[in-house]
Amino acid sequence: MKITIGAINDKPGSSKNYKTGSWRTLKPVINLEKCKKCWLCKQLCPEGCITKKEEGPQINYDYCKGCGICAHECTFDAIIMELEER
Amino acid sequence: MTKMTIMGNMATALGAKLCRPHVIPAYPITPSTLFPEKISEFIANGEMDGEMIRVESEHSAMSAAIGASATGARVCTASASQGIALMHEMLFIASGMRLPIVMAVGNRALSAPINIWCDHQDTISERDVGWLQFYAEKNQEGLDLMILAFKICEDKRVLLPGMVGIDAFVLTHTVEGVDVPDQKLVDDFLPPYKPEKYLDARTPITFGSFGTPEFYQEFKYAQVKAMEESEKVIDEAFREYKKVFGRTYQKITPYRCEDADMVILTLGSMSGTARAAVDILREEGKKAGCIKMTVYRPFPGKELIDVSKNAKVIAVLDRDITPGLGGALYADVAAQFVNRTAHPVILNYILGLGGRDIVINDFKEIYDKSHQALEKGIQNPVEWINLNKEIL
Repeated sequence: MKITIGAINDKPGSSKNYKTGSWRTLKPVINLEKCKKCWLCKQLCPEGCITKKEEGPQINYDYCKGCGICAHECTFDAIIMELEER
Repeated sequence: MTKMTIMGNMATALGAKLCRPHVIPAYPITPSTLFPEKISEFIANGEMDGEMIRVESEHSAMSAAIGASATGARVCTASASQGIALMHEMLFIASGMRLPIVMAVGNRALSAPINIWCDHQDTISERDVGWLQFYAEKNQEGLDLMILAFKICEDKRVLLPGMVGIDAFVLTHTVEGVDVPDQKLVDDFLPPYKPEKYLDARTPITFGSFGTPEFYQEFKYAQVKAMEESEKVIDEAFREYKKVFGRTYQKITPYRCEDADMVILTLGSMSGTARAAVDILREEGKKAGCIKMTVYRPFPGKELIDVSKNAKVIAVLDRDITPGLGGALYADVAAQFVNRTAHPVILNYILGLGGRDIVINDFKEIYDKSHQALEKGIQNPVEWINLNKEIL
């Protein structure tokens, strides 16, 4: 990609192209057996990375920065933070 | 052309008016207050079409200037001292977004202690923000440089903001005769600003968008290249200005330097005093010369080496100070010569801070001190002139 004069970006909505998941060192992993589908994690994820699915919450690792709020707030200890190796 | 006797602020305001800016966001500050006052008056009298935005701070003034300029408007503002310091972060944004805003400055000292008088610290401290910097010796130059700044900054090869400094009170509040060019000539010299991309709700774009480590360095490099490119554009604009308006501008203007042993480098209004002092020194048989620097960024290194390489000493006068180093101009000049095998001795003199007058005797002292340094060796490369040690 070539740079533009003045860092002009003429394609709106391009922030989606920037995958912030690479910032992560700890990765939230959901234990669906423990999950009661209260959706607290979905409500509290500051990045909007957790979506409702029939089987339980689903995390979008492309954008999850690994802040750990979901794991910290989960009442049922259904989310653990694992060290991610790349 | 009309001949007027006006103060420096009126000269820069008239220069701005002749450029037909669309938007003028400004927050008044001594010694630049007359600039927004005059612009306000021009608009109220129906002499000028632009929109004046009365903002709540200089930070807002520059923010509004950036927003307006991004819509493709021609924008100017004015400030000084603490006002420019408050704008600091926005100055980087204006240059990073490559917006050719022009700011008139009344060069003034910074607090503390509070001081409203002449000093170059305010703009010298902004030397790294990516703005072109011009310094006027007299009111006529203040007016001309405003027009020239728009011409140079808006050039497609440049697209960077610029500031035009006139010395606090020595120029801002001093009445001088000024030739005010005809509007028609300025209109021909400075065509309307037409950027390729600008903010328009129908085709949304983002200015200065996110620059990750993969891109940031390249953005800065491109910005620096544009600043380098401006060297050529400045020369072209100066040549054209001479042709149209008859007045000569150079990045640096040497005076009696051809055979000079010692050249004195000056910025701003002290340059006239320097020439008068050189004449007196010459009458005394001393081979002195002086160089007035009109363009400080981009730094005219090649030109400076050219006119001063045969001198024995360059005395760099700084109306500013980088504590712990010396004058900022001194470091800039020294950097130009450092890799040359043979070069003049470069000495630094700090003077005129906070509005202290710079007089002929100061130049005589500088000549004598420099001469002494040549003969007896350099005791201290950074000397303070006219320092009252009794009150220390």
